[in-house]
Amino acid sequence: MNDTKNYLDMDLLRFTTAGSVDDGKSTLIGRLFHDTKSIFEDQLEAIERSSKQRGDENVNLALLTDGLRAEREQGITIDVAYRYFATPKRKFIIADTPGHIQYTRNMVTGASTANLALILVDARNGVIEQTKRHTFIADLLGIKHIAVCINKMDLVGYDQDKYEKILNQFTDFASRLENVTDLTFIPISALKGDNVVDRSVDMPWYKGPPLLYHLENVYVGSDFNHVDARFPVQWVIRPHSDEYHDFRGFGGRVAGGVFKKGDEVTVLPSGFSTKIKNILLADKEVEQAFHPQSVTILLEDEIDVSRGDMLVKPNNQPHVSQDLDARICWFSGTKKLVKGTKCIFRHTTKEAQAIISEIKYKVDVNTLRKNEEDLEFGMNDIGRIQIRVSQPVFHDTYRRNRNTGSFILVDPFTNETLAAGMLR
Amino acid sequence: MQNYNLTHLQQLESEAIFILRETAAQFERPGLLFSGGKDSIVMAHLAYKAFHPSKIPFPFVHVDTGHNFPETIQFRDKFIKNLGVQLVVGSVQDSIDQGTAVEEKGLNASRNALQSVTLLETIDNESLDACLGGGRRDEEKARAKERFFSHRDSFGQWDPKNQRPELWNLFNGRKSPGENFRVFPLSNWTEMDVWQYTKLEGIELPNLYFSHKREVFQRNGSLLAVTDFTIPQENEEVSVRNVRFRTIGDATCTGAVESDAASLDDVISEVAASRITERGARADDRRSEAAMEDRKKQGYF
Repeated sequence: MNDTKNYLDMDLLRFTTAGSVDDGKSTLIGRLFHDTKSIFEDQLEAIERSSKQRGDENVNLALLTDGLRAEREQGITIDVAYRYFATPKRKFIIADTPGHIQYTRNMVTGASTANLALILVDARNGVIEQTKRHTFIADLLGIKHIAVCINKMDLVGYDQDKYEKILNQFTDFASRLENVTDLTFIPISALKGDNVVDRSVDMPWYKGPPLLYHLENVYVGSDFNHVDARFPVQWVIRPHSDEYHDFRGFGGRVAGGVFKKGDEVTVLPSGFSTKIKNILLADKEVEQAFHPQSVTILLEDEIDVSRGDMLVKPNNQPHVSQDLDARICWFSGTKKLVKGTKCIFRHTTKEAQAIISEIKYKVDVNTLRKNEEDLEFGMNDIGRIQIRVSQPVFHDTYRRNRNTGSFILVDPFTNETLAAGMLR
Repeated sequence: MQNYNLTHLQQLESEAIFILRETAAQFERPGLLFSGGKDSIVMAHLAYKAFHPSKIPFPFVHVDTGHNFPETIQFRDKFIKNLGVQLVVGSVQDSIDQGTAVEEKGLNASRNALQSVTLLETIDNESLDACLGGGRRDEEKARAKERFFSHRDSFGQWDPKNQRPELWNLFNGRKSPGENFRVFPLSNWTEMDVWQYTKLEGIELPNLYFSHKREVFQRNGSLLAVTDFTIPQENEEVSVRNVRFRTIGDATCTGAVESDAASLDDVISEVAASRITERGARADDRRSEAAMEDRKKQGYF
């Protein structure tokens, strides 16, 4: 890692894992950290000490990720933990989430920024409800790559038939998924290290790469939408200084597509069109900007533009509507979602009042069945709703663009984040 | 087709700039917590980039324990002057003089924990509703569960079990009067990312980060510098060694490491080969397993 040139060429993969201690998730993460030399001596010593104090038989690698006192006391993971490791090829951000059913909201949160989901299946148990739940949530959040690690192969004698049977079980169930385009199966033993970093000698019948190789090489570059140009204005830069007297730049992060100097753009909601005069990446001029770059765009004409507005291309405009069809995951433990619930709607850089105009159905995350009878959402419920917003929202479907197709709902009184939504 | 890939450092930079602009947009009166350490220097550099050619639209806040290495203060003043931003100093000594903070007693007394008191007083005095901090999730395990936008109640407390979920690029900075936020633009950076970015951008750092000769002594497994606030006991042997600091904080709890790394490249090689985390040299984290969590709950950075 000390080769600077190499380091500067590395790209980034964000992935999410879900599961409980039993299925070997912590062991797997511990193994990845250990074998890529991402765990430090003082960290290892600290968890060795704690494991001993707690009377655990082996070093409990879960202690590495369970950072809060309440988590250690109760032996459970409460919250999403973000973990980092790197190989000479890539930097990895793991959103590590607990797998219990009551933590659906954490899984949704972890999956929202991930390119890939790592799903663990215990080779002895095969595909269980929890596997389906994790896979469903990954798909719901638009993750295109799923790596299914069939773990504890050492406990089933590295049996190819067992592996094939689970693979078929999973493929069967996965045919119902909407977004996943890449489903990769890897037989592993996290405990023994088979097919994690190094190829297993006990499973010569497996011809694919080990997990780390897959994580290092899976191509996620085409997952972003580089077609539909969308630039939500975040902050207007007006220096009011002598040197930059007439400077007016629009700061923001490209949410989709590509913007080039000289491109014709339309400002929403005003509808005025002009051309891009210049694009600044901090203090340097650049020819073009694409997702996820944060840039400053200067326009040819002086048009009124403020935070919450969006720059788009005249011949490729987003949907504009006040009535939105969405799938949501309800987060609040204190407030229920019913028809008529009022809340604050936050989408790109825009905030507006909103009201739930209709609740269509809830989905049972274990059976994936729709429930059209019980239409009250409690914590961790997922379903489909219709929402009316006080002003027009410039959006795309979540499938087409995660940035312009996602929103959150906020409680106007307590300010808590009530729900996450994906537009249809 | 054209290649629209960004390197991981470009992605982290873009994310941090987004967070900095979002903070300016969502809050009335944010402040940037500036300690003179490398993380806050990188954050300040990113803030310059986020708002250029405007001036950074918020003041810098330094919580001063009074137990500084003189180099830190010299560096701070020069840095602030170059950027042309306003500096607000919250003094732990003032808090002690007013009786709102009580100095620890004993050999290992540190003003580190008292910083929380002064920070909360400064937030009050300056009516700050958001404080940007250079904290990273890889630093410590309680930090791994920290949000970009971290809510604090009207007592300045962090409630780790009741954090707002954070999804996509959507950050919820809404709050009731008296409450405020800590915002961490470098959440996803690692120590190595900070060093490599420093090199890539040619960012100047205080000399304390590089190898120099200094009088030091051993205490509780840490190598402490001889200063006005860390005075060796009779049985503690003082020697002159080549050392550098991996973190720069209060002199009473910031351990030095023996090192010959004199340049940024040397430091990067050393960090890459290191088997100890950077906070491993900090006495404040070693007090108990949940030391950081406890301090954060009380309003620490």
